[in-house]
Amino acid sequence: MDTLETTAPPADATVGATVDARGLSCPMPIVKTAQAIKTVASGALVEVLATDPGSTKDFTAWCRSTGNELVEQSADGAVYRFVIRRK
Amino acid sequence: MTILADRPAGTQPLDAIADAIAAAQPKPAAAPEDEVKNRDLVLIWYSGDLEKSWASLILATTAAASGVNTKVFITFWGLQAFVKDSKRITGETWMQKMLSFMQRPGMSHRKLSKMNFLGMGPWMMGVLAKKYGVAKPPELLEAAQALGVEFMPCQMTMDMFGLKREDMIDGLSEPVGAATVIDLLNNGAASLFI
Repeated sequence: MDTLETTAPPADATVGATVDARGLSCPMPIVKTAQAIKTVASGALVEVLATDPGSTKDFTAWCRSTGNELVEQSADGAVYRFVIRRK
Repeated sequence: MTILADRPAGTQPLDAIADAIAAAQPKPAAAPEDEVKNRDLVLIWYSGDLEKSWASLILATTAAASGVNTKVFITFWGLQAFVKDSKRITGETWMQKMLSFMQRPGMSHRKLSKMNFLGMGPWMMGVLAKKYGVAKPPELLEAAQALGVEFMPCQMTMDMFGLKREDMIDGLSEPVGAATVIDLLNNGAASLFI
């Protein structure tokens, strides 16, 4: 796995939901993540899998807009993985 | 007050005065931590063209998904996109009926402003969208409504086109006028005209 930037998630927070946005284009990965993050508690993690190359910039921007924290961002071949902590 | 703090010892009287001045100053309201303040967004949906409707929906859904309070003012040709897909002819007078006859209403029946080629263009766009995982306007509209985007139809255009509330899709807010949009802008909302 080609890790771009990694911050180990805290031990107490677990991945509460996974969004499989593989194969989807803008804006659906963001839309689905926005809906999924509402299902987890504050501080919990949401994992997103996406293949849209624009999503690397978009999730950074989205986290800035929403105040959620992008704790991990990595790429495995053509699949991008984001781990976001709900604020 | 870093300058005062850096002064060498022995300047206590000055510091005491500075502290007193600082204490007398009204303190700025401390922003709550992690509080993100986004501007509201007003999107003026003017066009009924497929490509512009698509752009409006992408921006509106993304804004709402980003925590932006998003309102869409639907006016002129844009209103035809918000007529129920099942409606074919709308309006009371022959002129109003002619408008809907010439341009089939509904989000699923948008035409491209160029290269429409009697529906061949939109069909090809649909094929490409499917191939590249792009959500089509009806799906985006559903997402926008689920995310809480407020769609406000223009009262004046509804009257002029003879559109009734029951012609329109469910979930729209009460029809409003330009003053509502201007009021939102006056209150600092960002705007898009599409």
